[in-house]
Amino acid sequence: MAYSNAFAALADPTRREVFERLAQGPRSVGDLAEGLPVSRPAVSQHLKVLKEAGLVTDHPEGARRVYQIDPQGLGQMRAWLDRFWDAALAAFQAEVERDDDKEDEA
Amino acid sequence: MSQTITPAPIRKTLSVRAPPEKAFEVFTAGIDRWWPRTHHIGKAELGRAVLEPRNGGRWYEVGVDGSECEWGEVLLWEPPRRLMLAWHITAQFTYDPDGYTEVDIRFTDAGDGTTRIDFEHRGLERLGAEAGSTIARMDSGWGQILGLFLAAAEA
Repeated sequence: MAYSNAFAALADPTRREVFERLAQGPRSVGDLAEGLPVSRPAVSQHLKVLKEAGLVTDHPEGARRVYQIDPQGLGQMRAWLDRFWDAALAAFQAEVERDDDKEDEA
Repeated sequence: MSQTITPAPIRKTLSVRAPPEKAFEVFTAGIDRWWPRTHHIGKAELGRAVLEPRNGGRWYEVGVDGSECEWGEVLLWEPPRRLMLAWHITAQFTYDPDGYTEVDIRFTDAGDGTTRIDFEHRGLERLGAEAGSTIARMDSGWGQILGLFLAAAEA
């Protein structure tokens, strides 16, 4: 997922409002449309964009579809860095200790 | 609501069997000896990784074709106890001269010839903030939303 997509998706004020509501917990399209000055199909359209940007996911719950913030979305970059540093620091540790062993032998 | 939540820094603690002076030296002057070869942002394959040993020193890669590509710079140079680096690499893995996240490494003498290393990569919210020109077109609300999103993602 490209993060620029995520930010472009949030540039629209109504879409941000939909997203903020989802930040409070999973909601159906009907729940989300309540109190918003836009139609239900418009909310669906916003959800589609948010979903394509990797910001929200959906799953069926009985007869309706429930949307929630994608825990894999923006957290992905952090997870990637976390793994990267694990590997890099392990390599660093091996290098320091290899060097140390060499000196001990000298 | 003006709650600001930022992503948790990446923190690592490790112990190496070497005194702080050696650990610091290998981390900095010896960075090319351990930096994962697969991780670079230049178009050419990684020739070597370089960290200039001083405050304000450059942190960059030299490609096998001789081309150079910046990664960041030294924010704090305090051998052998502390090193702070600016990581100017965006979420799209490009160099951004204006935006950076911080990599902070402390080397503590743990006795018995070992060094405790406390590593932190922080300011990760800026990986989003610097993500592109889309940000400039958005109003001040985006930071809050990013915070909410990250809080939810990490819950």
